[in-house]
Amino acid sequence: MEILMSIVAGILFTAAVYLMLSRSLLRIIIGTGLLSHGVHLLILTMGGLKGGSVPLLGEKASSYTDPLPQALILTAIVISFGVTSFFLVLAYRAYQELGTDDMDKLRGK
Amino acid sequence: MTSNLVIIPLLIPFVVGVVLIFFKDNIKLQRIVSVLSLITTTVFAAYLVQLVQSKGVLTHELGNWKPPFGIILVADMFASLLVLAASIVTLCCVLFAFHTIGERRERFYFYSFVQFLLVGVFGAFLTGDIFNLFVFFEVMLMSSYALIVIGGTKAQLRESLKYILVNVISSALFVIAVAYLYAVTGTLNMADLSQRIAEANQPGILTTIGMLLFIVFALKAALFPMYFWLPGSYSAPPPVIIGLFGALLTKVGVYSIFRTFTLMFYHHPEFTHQIIGYVALLTIVVGAVGAIAYSDVNKILIYNIIIAVGVIVYGVTLTTKAGFEGAIYYLIHDMIIKATLFLLAGSIIRITGTTKLKKMGGLIKDYPLLGWMFFIATISLAGIPPLSGFIGKFLLVQGGLESESYTFVAVLLVSSLLVLYSAIKIFMSCFWGEPKLSSEQEKVSLKCILYPSAILLAVSVFLGLGAEAVIPYVSTAAQTLMDPSIYIQSVLKE
Repeated sequence: MEILMSIVAGILFTAAVYLMLSRSLLRIIIGTGLLSHGVHLLILTMGGLKGGSVPLLGEKASSYTDPLPQALILTAIVISFGVTSFFLVLAYRAYQELGTDDMDKLRGK
Repeated sequence: MTSNLVIIPLLIPFVVGVVLIFFKDNIKLQRIVSVLSLITTTVFAAYLVQLVQSKGVLTHELGNWKPPFGIILVADMFASLLVLAASIVTLCCVLFAFHTIGERRERFYFYSFVQFLLVGVFGAFLTGDIFNLFVFFEVMLMSSYALIVIGGTKAQLRESLKYILVNVISSALFVIAVAYLYAVTGTLNMADLSQRIAEANQPGILTTIGMLLFIVFALKAALFPMYFWLPGSYSAPPPVIIGLFGALLTKVGVYSIFRTFTLMFYHHPEFTHQIIGYVALLTIVVGAVGAIAYSDVNKILIYNIIIAVGVIVYGVTLTTKAGFEGAIYYLIHDMIIKATLFLLAGSIIRITGTTKLKKMGGLIKDYPLLGWMFFIATISLAGIPPLSGFIGKFLLVQGGLESESYTFVAVLLVSSLLVLYSAIKIFMSCFWGEPKLSSEQEKVSLKCILYPSAILLAVSVFLGLGAEAVIPYVSTAAQTLMDPSIYIQSVLKE
C-alpha cells in the first residue's frame, strides 16, 4: 500500500511540475495546488499507513496508528489553502491590472 | 529552565496585530499602538537576553506537554539575540513608515501585517520543533506576501507573483524534507532529532535529508543558485518594506541553516559543510559582481544583502568558536546596518524621486546630515575599524585562519573592498558632484524621516564601540552552537 501511495504522490508531483512549467498563470496555480496535495500524501505515507487501531486510549488495542502525520497534514492543508486562495486573488488582480496572464509577458525589465 | 517569558515576544505582536485590524480607519491609534507594542517587545527581548545570560537556555512547553511529544519554544542565546535585533529593526522601520508609506497603505493593514511578520520571524527563531519552524515560516511568508503587494502597483503585482511561486515551491520542499525526516527518525523535536541522528551516526539518508533542508533554507536565505528571485522581488515594494525584508527574511533562512547544521547534521562536515562552504563563497562572488554592476541605489543594496548572507553562512563551516562568534556578530550587525541603509536610501529616493544614480548628485549641499549618516553606514557596512562590521569580520577572519580556510579569508577581505566600492559609489554619485536637484527638491523636509535611521546607526556604532559589552553574550551564543548537548539537555532535561 505504501508503494502505491508513493507512486500516486509521484504522479501528482509530475503533473504539478508539468503545469507549473506552463505559461498560463492559472495553470501554474493549479500546479501549486497539486504539488501541495502530493506533499500531503507523502507525509501520510511517510508516517506509515494504518497499522493498528484508531489512536484513542479507550480502544485497548495492542497497537495504534500514529496520529501525528494526520495532525501535520491538517496544518499543512490549512496553510496551502490559505496560500492558494491568496495566490488566486492576486492572479485575478494582476490580470485586471496588467491585462495578461502570460508569464512571458510578466517579465519586467 | 522553564519560563513563560519565552512566549511573550510571540504573544505581543500576535495580539496587537489582531487588535489593529479592528481600527482600520483610525491611523493615529494604529501608529501609537504599534510603536508602543514594539517598544515593549524590544524591552522584553532585552530582558530575555539578560535572563538567558544569567540562567542558561530557557524553554516553554506549550500546553505543558513534555518534549519530545509536545511543541516547545526554546530561547537560547543565539535566538534571543536575534529576537532583540529583529525587534529593534522593526521598531525603527515602523517609525520610518509613519511619514513615508502613505495613508492608503496604512489603511490597508500595513501595521497589522508588520506585527504578523514579526510573529513569524520570532516564532522561527524561538521554536524547538522542526514542523513548527515550517509553520512559522508560513506565517512569516503570508505576511510578506501581503506586504510585498500592498499598494498594488503594477511592478509589485508582477514581482509578487514570482515571489509567491518560488516560496510555495520551497515550502513544498520543506514539508517533503520534514516528512522524510519523520519517516527516518520518528520525531520532529529538534533536540530529540539531534540525539537520534547522533546515535545513528548520521547515515547517508539523513545527510541527504539535511541537504534537502539546506536547499529549502538556501532559497529563503538567497544563497548562490537560489538567489535569482531576490533582486526582482525586493525592488518592487517601498523602501521601508524592503528594509524590513532585507533585515529579517533572509536572516531567518540563515538562522535555520545555522540551527540545523550545528544542532543536527554536524556529523559529516567533510560532505555537508564543504558544499555549504562552496555555495557561500559563490554567493559572495555573485553578490559582489551584482553590487558593482548596477547603478541603481536599491539594486546595489539588494546585492549587498546577498554578499552578507554568503559571509555569514560560511561561518557554519568554520566550526571554531571565533568563527561562530564572528558569524553571529556579523549577523546581528548586518540586520541593523541593512535596515539603516535601506531607510537612508529611502530618504534619498524621497528627495530625488528616483533610484537611478545617474539622475542624482550634489545632495550633500542641502542635506549634510543625511550625507554623513549615509557615509558612516557605508563604512560600517564595509567594516572600517571602530564600527560594528569590523568586529564581525575580524572574528570571522580569525576563525577562518584557525580552521585554515584561506580561500574564505581572501574572498572575505576582497569582498569587503568591493562592498566599500559599491556603497561609496552611491555616496559619491549621490552626494557629491553637480547638484541636479530642482529648487522644489531642495526643500523636502527630512525632519521626521531621519531619526529612525539615526537610532539604528547609533545601535550599529554601539555594537562597534561597545563590543566589550556585547561580546560576552555573543560568546555564550557561540558556546551553545559549538556544544549541542547544552541545547539538548535544557530541552529534554535528563
